[in-house]
Amino acid sequence: MDRNGVTLKTINRTATSNRLRAPSIKLLLLWLAPLAFLALFYFFPLGSILQVSFARSESGLIAPIQQALASPAFRDVLWFTFWQASLSTFLTLAIGLPGAYLFARYQFPGKSTLRAMSGIAFVLPTLVVAAAFNALLGPQGLVNASLMSVFGLEQPPIMFTHTLYAILLAHVFYNTTIVLRLVGDFWSHLDPKLGQAAQVLGANRWRTLWHVTLPLLSPAIASAAVLTFIFTFTSFGVILVLGGPQFSTLETEIYYQTVSLFNLPLAATLALIQLACTLALTIVYTRLANRLSRPLNLRPVEFTQRRLTAWRQRILAGAYILLLLMLILTPLFALAFRSVSRFERTSTTTARQGYGRPEWGGFTLDYYRELNINRRESLFYAPPTTTIAISLLYASVTVALALLLGTPAAWALARNRESILNRSLDPLLMLPLGTSAVTLGLGFIVALDRPPLDLRASPLLIPLAHTLVAFPFVIRSLTPSLHSISPRVRQAASVMGASPSKVFRHIDLPLVGRALLVAAAFAFTISMGEFGATALIARPEYPTIPIAIYRLITRPGMMNYGQALALSTILMLVTGFGMLAIERFRIADVGEF
Amino acid sequence: MNRKIILLFAMLGLLTAACTSTPGTLKIMTHDSFAISTGVKMAFETQHNITLEFIASGDTGSALNKAILSKGNPIADVFYGVDNTFLSRALDEEIFIAYDSPMLAEIPDFFKLDPQNRALPVDYGDVCLNYDKVFFERQNIAPPGNLEDLLKPEYRGLLVVENPATSSPGLAFLLATIGHFGEDGYLDYWTRLMDNDTLVVNDWETAYYTEFTRSGGTRPVVVSYASSPPFEVIYADPPLDEPPTAAITADESCFRQIEYVGILDGTKNLDLAQKWIDFMLSTTFQEDIPLQMFVFPVNQNADLDETFENYLLVPKDTAFVSPQDIAAKREEWIREWIETVLR
Amino acid sequence: MPGLSIINIHKYFAKIRALAGISFNVQTSEIVAVLGPSGCGKSTLLNIIAGLELPDQGDIEWDGKSLAGVPTHQRGFGLMFQDFALFPHKDVFENVAFGLRMTNLPLEDIRVRVKEVLELVGLPGFEARDVNTLSGGEAQRVALARSLSPHPRLLMLDEPLGSLDRSLRERLVFDLRDILNHSQQTAIYVTHDQEEAFALADRVVLMNAGHVEQIGSPQDIYHRPASVFAARFLGLNNLLAGKICNLHGEPFISTSIGEIPLTLDMIEHSALAKQDISKLDGKDIMVLLRPDAVQINQNSNCQVKGRVLETTFRGSTCQVAIQVNHVPLRFDFPSSEELPHKGEIICITFTPSRAIQLFL
Repeated sequence: MDRNGVTLKTINRTATSNRLRAPSIKLLLLWLAPLAFLALFYFFPLGSILQVSFARSESGLIAPIQQALASPAFRDVLWFTFWQASLSTFLTLAIGLPGAYLFARYQFPGKSTLRAMSGIAFVLPTLVVAAAFNALLGPQGLVNASLMSVFGLEQPPIMFTHTLYAILLAHVFYNTTIVLRLVGDFWSHLDPKLGQAAQVLGANRWRTLWHVTLPLLSPAIASAAVLTFIFTFTSFGVILVLGGPQFSTLETEIYYQTVSLFNLPLAATLALIQLACTLALTIVYTRLANRLSRPLNLRPVEFTQRRLTAWRQRILAGAYILLLLMLILTPLFALAFRSVSRFERTSTTTARQGYGRPEWGGFTLDYYRELNINRRESLFYAPPTTTIAISLLYASVTVALALLLGTPAAWALARNRESILNRSLDPLLMLPLGTSAVTLGLGFIVALDRPPLDLRASPLLIPLAHTLVAFPFVIRSLTPSLHSISPRVRQAASVMGASPSKVFRHIDLPLVGRALLVAAAFAFTISMGEFGATALIARPEYPTIPIAIYRLITRPGMMNYGQALALSTILMLVTGFGMLAIERFRIADVGEF
Repeated sequence: MNRKIILLFAMLGLLTAACTSTPGTLKIMTHDSFAISTGVKMAFETQHNITLEFIASGDTGSALNKAILSKGNPIADVFYGVDNTFLSRALDEEIFIAYDSPMLAEIPDFFKLDPQNRALPVDYGDVCLNYDKVFFERQNIAPPGNLEDLLKPEYRGLLVVENPATSSPGLAFLLATIGHFGEDGYLDYWTRLMDNDTLVVNDWETAYYTEFTRSGGTRPVVVSYASSPPFEVIYADPPLDEPPTAAITADESCFRQIEYVGILDGTKNLDLAQKWIDFMLSTTFQEDIPLQMFVFPVNQNADLDETFENYLLVPKDTAFVSPQDIAAKREEWIREWIETVLR
Repeated sequence: MPGLSIINIHKYFAKIRALAGISFNVQTSEIVAVLGPSGCGKSTLLNIIAGLELPDQGDIEWDGKSLAGVPTHQRGFGLMFQDFALFPHKDVFENVAFGLRMTNLPLEDIRVRVKEVLELVGLPGFEARDVNTLSGGEAQRVALARSLSPHPRLLMLDEPLGSLDRSLRERLVFDLRDILNHSQQTAIYVTHDQEEAFALADRVVLMNAGHVEQIGSPQDIYHRPASVFAARFLGLNNLLAGKICNLHGEPFISTSIGEIPLTLDMIEHSALAKQDISKLDGKDIMVLLRPDAVQINQNSNCQVKGRVLETTFRGSTCQVAIQVNHVPLRFDFPSSEELPHKGEIICITFTPSRAIQLFL
């Protein structure tokens, strides 16, 4: 590099002018597969269901929209949807950013395990998470029970279930991993010299953070924030199960209008409003991100990470890890513990046991054993090994598809941010995430109903649906890093005779290798945990783990409940190991990065 | 890496191929609670030399929506699982073709809510209040006996119900109160029920596994099914001799959910579809229902498992609301309920 | 003691020793070059002086006061990084103004100072430029301006020309010296390039593998390298293994290219001076034959005779590689002289006290 400083500079000039003159045919080629996929499996179904829905309206196209916007109840729902999503995003960032720093800048034992565990939260079914939170913070939960016995209280001091706090806590629980991964990964490649330069110039820790580090991280922070916001904006299970009947969001309203009342015009209106909000947000985001991202000298982590040596750092890191453990791991451990515990109701009555609360009656592996027995000779029974295999199969296809489609799109985006094509396509990529699952699910039924694309009952639809959700995650994981690769490096390589594919292989891939793994991990976890779309399409003989959990937990009897928790624990383990495997995965020299 | 991906697609392709229909396939679209024993399925397949393919499509409402939206070009030949709360929607959308199955003779008339037999009853389940026997024994008070009892001060703060807007048993319980107290009286009942500190949650799972004292919650009375107590014995851990819970089955305190099956308009397998419906109504299938699906056969000749003989309480007289009324007033009732209960 | 004192600094990275007892001083207005191969601990030392790393042992003092516990941003030092570390999200003005903003100077004063420093580094009017569009030389000057603008009491430059091409580097070395001298800047200049170090520095600290090999003026270092490492690092590669013989008679050094007479001042000017002279007889030593202190003399007695392997034209000098008893040696001669051709046998003469240096 040393010798090539000047040569590179001239190359840079010519390459830039070439790029401006050349038509964006290459760009179009990159976009071809991702756009075809989106057109076929997103826009076509969405358009079809909206058309069918509004065709059912007796009062025309505009009336349902006016009707919805005029209703105060609807305005409350819209306001609450925004409010809880903003609060959730803010809290998730507040909890996640210190963690991203810790993960980015320091090496400490158990780091990759901790990171994998934070990702496990992402896949757990809401019903199971709600049960775990209740076991901890519910009126009879561990915390309240101990507080009551320590202070001799009559009533549980902490009101948690069915409060806004429950919604927020669950959203933070689910989404912290987004911040940890997206921001943490980007941060880990940020040259520490920039911060050091600020310090040498007289900036203290906070001013360095404010004036240098945060502005440089802003593309990644914006990515994480917009994903978290859209995720919580369209949150369904958390609102329903943890929030309770007092709370409703656009997504729960869409579900109610569609499934319970079959008021498709109104549901479509709500879905459109939800889409409009997502689109507006992503347009703002894309504009912002384009302004924020700068070519950076991304560094391999060996140059940016160090061990925790000073005691002050160790104590702070310890305190944060403890918080993370409490927030993310206690519910997971509570679940795992519950899945190997037998609860009995003893006959001895004490004052505190007025409810006849089930008491812990020792460890058992009954639930795990029972999972392997098809007691009723049910046709749809599937042993855990089968459900694991099915889940892993769908997840692998999702990872492959999402990366194959997402990488060219992200690459195209990073190539030329100013191109009109990119500027207009970028916001559209986020739309699948902000689309009501109920609406899109029905869209598949309406649109994909003719051979050769009669996929309505095809298991292929499952990884396709998962890919739609994973796709924006792949794009957003990759673009901050791809944007930051200085074009000079690529041009240098192509001058030395590297074909575009070789440039990608030898320049981009090693530099964004970690981001690619982050993207793969997201696609994997999304697929492993996805329930809504899978439930609409799944063949009952081939249940995924979440489907099997749902089947068990919707039935009475402690053996069913225990098995649901046992299977949830298995889901946690499989996901955790899957993510560890992805983290260890190395694409040739990508490993060093 | 590429090779792995190809391998994955190949595997998926095989899976798809395994599921793709061959000419002798009968497709049955259903909700995700549907289940059947392998033996029963095989019995039908061998008898008619065909393959059965089941397509799960989410909860009852979602599955029905899918059936409606694919009207004319149906995904399957038969749709099973529409219940009486959704029956009118299915009939109004005309997705079924009528079939006067000879097996209908073995089914009591009060199950047959569609006189044209487009939708034929298969099974039923009663949504009833359940109570935790241990709780009431410990507290030394008598458990509530009917809906009115729950308004008494001694039962203050003991009940948890599900939201009718989001939960099927929740809606059934609302219909029970409408059937029992009438359209003029149910809101008053609910007002007083809420005054007596009733807890509302969105789904059965939260009510039963989180709030119910049986599972460690604080509410000893819950809206569930009449079949829940026997299942507490069947799926107990550790094993139990008798149910820890009981259902309240006083007159007009439960709502009966009846599930129907119908042949989808547009099927190319009419003959087989009819045979399948006959089979579903026959004792072979009917006797398989309870342990697979936790609901009960409508065929009066079907025998029940011993556990049910011992522990199942079947309400003699359930609250009744017609499917037509449900279809017409569902939204209004739920809206009024929300305004009374949640605001 | 005015200026900077580096006192016995030790630093380990995970059991690997990076610095092993570094000590030297930098006086006010002095430019000290820290010279050494990459990986010798130069950058670590700068980081420790700047307070970016903590030493495991030892102390850094300024005007006799310890800086232990003083955080980086309060030390009032400047550090210019090898790849400049310009803030990519700020324009040239904001980059140069950064340190001034941290002192809460009024904006008007900041403007004046930024303009002044940009003029000093030869980039007047560059305020509004995006730093991502600067050429390598421009970026280097902006980085320098940024480091200079808050008037650091000590400026550290970490390989500031390392990433630039040769011609630019040569030009900038002189610019840099002028700028530093003009502002009477106390500076530590870290480099692996001896020419840069010699051109800029008042004194040179030669470092190797975490310790100081030699401290001295550029002339001292070049003419009297204190060790085999120093000699090799300076490009003095005619090093031969030798043995001191006949110390009490007519002493000479036996080497693979023949016997070289030994004089007392040769011992006194070398690392051997510290040894007990009586024990030197028969001792194994290293002998440096300076490439620039020999003559070709075909007519007199040959001190060294060898076959010419190749000659390389280098502008003002010419390098001649010869082979003596299978030992390759290289010598520099003024290119104005008539030089031998490849394959010729030539005769080399030298004054031992000038051309020979001895090492342990």
